[in-house]
Amino acid sequence: MRRAVLIGIPYLWLVALFLVPFLIVLKISLSDIALARPPYMPQLDLSEGLSGLFAFLAELDFENFVFLTQDSLYWKAYLSSLQIAFTATFITLLVGYPIAYGMARAAQEWRPTLLMLVILPFWTSFLIRVYSWMGILSNEGVLNQLLSWLGVIDAPLQILNTNTAVYIGIVYTYLPFMILPIYSALEKMDESLLEAAEDLGCSRLSAFWLVTLPLSKSGVIAGCFLVFIPTLGEFVIPSLLGGSQTLMIGKILWEEFFSNRDWPVASAVAVILLLILIIPIILFQRNEQKQREAEG
Amino acid sequence: MKRFSWFNATSLTLGFAFLYMPMIILVIYSFNESRLVTVWAGFSTKWYGELFRNAEFLDAAWVTVQVAVLSSTFATVLGTMAAHVLVNAGRFKGRTLFSGMIYAPLVMPEVITGLSLLLLFIGIGLERGIFTVVLAHTTFAMCYVSVVVSSRLVSFDRSLEEAALDLGATPWEAFRLVTLPIIAPAVISGWLLAFTLSLDDLVIASFTTGPGATTLPIKVFSAVRLGVSPEINALSTIMIAIVTVGVVTASLISKRTAVARAREEQAAVRSE
Repeated sequence: MRRAVLIGIPYLWLVALFLVPFLIVLKISLSDIALARPPYMPQLDLSEGLSGLFAFLAELDFENFVFLTQDSLYWKAYLSSLQIAFTATFITLLVGYPIAYGMARAAQEWRPTLLMLVILPFWTSFLIRVYSWMGILSNEGVLNQLLSWLGVIDAPLQILNTNTAVYIGIVYTYLPFMILPIYSALEKMDESLLEAAEDLGCSRLSAFWLVTLPLSKSGVIAGCFLVFIPTLGEFVIPSLLGGSQTLMIGKILWEEFFSNRDWPVASAVAVILLLILIIPIILFQRNEQKQREAEG
Repeated sequence: MKRFSWFNATSLTLGFAFLYMPMIILVIYSFNESRLVTVWAGFSTKWYGELFRNAEFLDAAWVTVQVAVLSSTFATVLGTMAAHVLVNAGRFKGRTLFSGMIYAPLVMPEVITGLSLLLLFIGIGLERGIFTVVLAHTTFAMCYVSVVVSSRLVSFDRSLEEAALDLGATPWEAFRLVTLPIIAPAVISGWLLAFTLSLDDLVIASFTTGPGATTLPIKVFSAVRLGVSPEINALSTIMIAIVTVGVVTASLISKRTAVARAREEQAAVRSE
């Protein structure tokens, strides 16, 4: 009895506020837009019993999904989100790996402090961290002032409201997610392996390629997914740092809902985004599983 | 053999400069006299004054604190229960669905979580306001809490709880007197995580809020959409200061308790 209550409370909460809402999205994605409140149809009417349910089911269709494939805006936005997420993840890896490596090789007594310094930005507001780049990258911003003072440029560079700014924003905000798993993989590594490789005639660089990198593989994979998955549906970064030509699906969904008030299409956009996300999520889980098994 | 090289020192310096420079610049410009954020016109704290005279920001901050305290507390209770179920309840019908529902919100894009909850609230005719934002935040934060707490529960020795039960404690007493004190650090960090997530959330709150319940991130977002403003810099500086003090204090406390525990364990071993 006590056990049933203990399981039941969080269970019912999640069913009511996670599963059911998601089923509603699925249902509305199959509905049509209507000039009514709520602005979609059909409405489920169970007062007529089963026949009401069947009438309701008969009205559902895949029209919105067909619409998404026809209007080039949407598939361009999906493709461009994927491309931005891929590229940004790769840059984050290039930036994050040397930092994680440096941390793992730092003196033992320094490591907790370095770790805290990586985690600290994570506790700071995401919105503020994105906003901090607006003052740096704008036309009269700190970066342009610095570059023109150095005599590198004559006219200010347009960086804010471009995809470059979006990349900078993503790399900056998601860097801790890349550093932490790589650091924890590198920290566990036995350094005597490197000494052995060098004793056997490996150069430092090839010892890195042949020993260190393969041993940190699980950390690299975890870090990449931890950056890639949230980036794909990102809304704040493209809307604050990106320009009108920045196409990202999170932003499209937001605009479809708040500006165009087209709930059925917004729901269909959400359903497809989830379908795209399922693949990296499964791969990520598999990597985590493998790591857990390797650790025993 | 010394592995710490110039390469490592450089990458650490550049890396941490990259992580901290934007926030340092933000803080510096919050003390700028000029409204033009990019022109330095001398030191001033006037934007802090402006901020505290701005009733809209103060209202939004109050709403945000209410939402964060309520939702993180509910999320901690529900998340701890969920963690307990995941780790200790063994097999039951629908377990796979349950663990799926715990992990899915962690990877769900915020726009989808927000959209789906809003459609639910509209569907059942719930008036939107502070209450609906609390419901939304509790739901996604409880998943984070349960992940944090269950990672601690996994390493918890259940025979302690069983011993308490054998000695006549009720299950609730055993939990409160034995399990809870041991998992308390994880529960507290779960609460802090939930609190921060709620404080920080823009997207889900934007979808689920209603008139009169504008949270601080929503207010900040609509202000910074128009460009950089010194009041927002001042607000950001205050938030950065709070977080820094909090995180540094927490890490000092956890270091001290770790040292104290090590000492106690040594003393215990010696007295045996």
